[in-house]
Amino acid sequence: MYFHSVTLDENKCMGCTNCIKRCPTEAIRVRKSKARIINERCIDCGECIRVCPYHAKKAITDPFEKINDFKYKVAIPAPTLYGQFKTVESRDHILTALKKCGFDHVYEVAKAAEIVTSETKKIIHKNGNKKTLISSACPAVVRLIQVRFPSLIDNILKIESPMELAAKIVKDEFSKTMDISPCDIGVFFITPCAAKVTSIKAPYEKEKSFVDGAISISDIYLKILTNLNEIENVEPLGQSGFVGIRWANSGGESIALGTDNFLAVDGIHNVITILEQLEDDKLEDVDFVETLACPGGCLGGPLTVENLYVAKTRIKKIIDEAKTKSTCTQCDNDYGYDLLWKGNFEYKPVMKLDKDMAVAMRKLEELERINRGLPGLDCGACGAPSCRALAEDIVRGNANETDCIFKLREKVRNLAVQMMELEGKMPPVMDKDL
Amino acid sequence: MKEGIISKEYVIPANDFAVAGEASSNVKKILIQLGVEPQAIKKTAVSMYEAEMNVVIHAGGGRAFVEIDEEKILIKIKDDGPGIPDIDLAMQEGYSTASDEIREKGFGAGMGLPNIKKYSDIFNITSQIGKGTLLEITVFFKVKEFIKI
Repeated sequence: MYFHSVTLDENKCMGCTNCIKRCPTEAIRVRKSKARIINERCIDCGECIRVCPYHAKKAITDPFEKINDFKYKVAIPAPTLYGQFKTVESRDHILTALKKCGFDHVYEVAKAAEIVTSETKKIIHKNGNKKTLISSACPAVVRLIQVRFPSLIDNILKIESPMELAAKIVKDEFSKTMDISPCDIGVFFITPCAAKVTSIKAPYEKEKSFVDGAISISDIYLKILTNLNEIENVEPLGQSGFVGIRWANSGGESIALGTDNFLAVDGIHNVITILEQLEDDKLEDVDFVETLACPGGCLGGPLTVENLYVAKTRIKKIIDEAKTKSTCTQCDNDYGYDLLWKGNFEYKPVMKLDKDMAVAMRKLEELERINRGLPGLDCGACGAPSCRALAEDIVRGNANETDCIFKLREKVRNLAVQMMELEGKMPPVMDKDL
Repeated sequence: MKEGIISKEYVIPANDFAVAGEASSNVKKILIQLGVEPQAIKKTAVSMYEAEMNVVIHAGGGRAFVEIDEEKILIKIKDDGPGIPDIDLAMQEGYSTASDEIREKGFGAGMGLPNIKKYSDIFNITSQIGKGTLLEITVFFKVKEFIKI
């Protein structure tokens, strides 16, 4: 029922507390010395992949060989890819090297991003300043809102992602110009993150993704690097202007909108702080909020190769190059696609304690009573991220009070005291001092 | 505790913007765990946050008493501050007595009380000069005739 890209490598997991404490939806528990992900809660943000010191958290992506399942193979790279290479001559060099990996064509997601930008502008204009719109570019944030901020679902900008649009354009154009069936065209996203993989395999906004597979930047990096040294003919594959490329950076999507009235926030825990404020109506003066789960935006994605700050410098050169090339950055939606989400996007109340409110209320009281009795150290030794989370697990029937090592020690001690007391007592028939 | 009612009490600190808003944030989490409708959570969040801020800014702190039952949440915000001389005037949008210092922090636009009223289903305010102010905010969880947003 649930697909998640983020998974655990059991052999590497030490059962430590790093990931449980950083998970923004409290979706991980340690059981039998291994981290277990609670499927309903995981939003695939990849925070656990980033913080695991043993690299036991990984993202399932498609193996490169999957491209061979299709007659025509098209790569759609996230603009983040451009920030991964040192001393590269131009963006076309990177794209040509990518194509040489085995693709028939390369289409930039950045190009589609420019179309999404122009559509977003229209929606913002139509919206006036009625409500603050929240970007849907980061699928991890969209899923976060779905489980933790239900009252903000209406604020989500429900528009196709650049990735989906790129795949649709590729399929439509190729099938027309080359006269081949769309199902023979395999479109592969070159991804910086796990959340995008999940949104391909299990999309929330529609039935089926237009993308056929996701290959991680880190998996394809070496192939591209090797090809970069062997390029003879550089193909003019770079079609996007700098506006689309800039989406890889935090703030890139917002700046493109031509309004000063935006807020860009990155890093999942910072995002939560801003969503809290939005929920309280504190940011009613802001038109657009760009929320990206990874620090620095997609450039800080868990499946990238280059350090975020280095990548920022690298992609700046590519952006500057695009600026001098004066490629058209005003991309209208010439295709006439309807970019709004089709599916029903609903609140997933995974945090609620019971479907019956009266029972939920009793459980909440019980939860708080148990919580008051716990030491409040949030040590994580019980396998839950905090004392309150353990109390919640107990009322849900998934844990015991003695899972807390302090509680356990208290009970053992009480038992010992009782034993000592009993030891001092002598039944009268055996007592020789009487 | 009364049967079927969850009661909570929070201290709202004076002039501490770092802690302000914690009570409403806490209540939000409770409502999510109880499975309350998103609309009602939003209304509670906004009205309680605004009311909390009022007490922080104008009244030198106070207390919030929260009662949740299956149908509604009742929030009483009580302070021992200076009181409001003209409630009708204070209820007008844009009317504010906040200091420049507070306005520089982005508060005090005179939207506080009108906003609380807008987002609550039942709203009561009583105030006595020199003694303090009591706000009573009720939000119903199910769609009822009271819902205005």
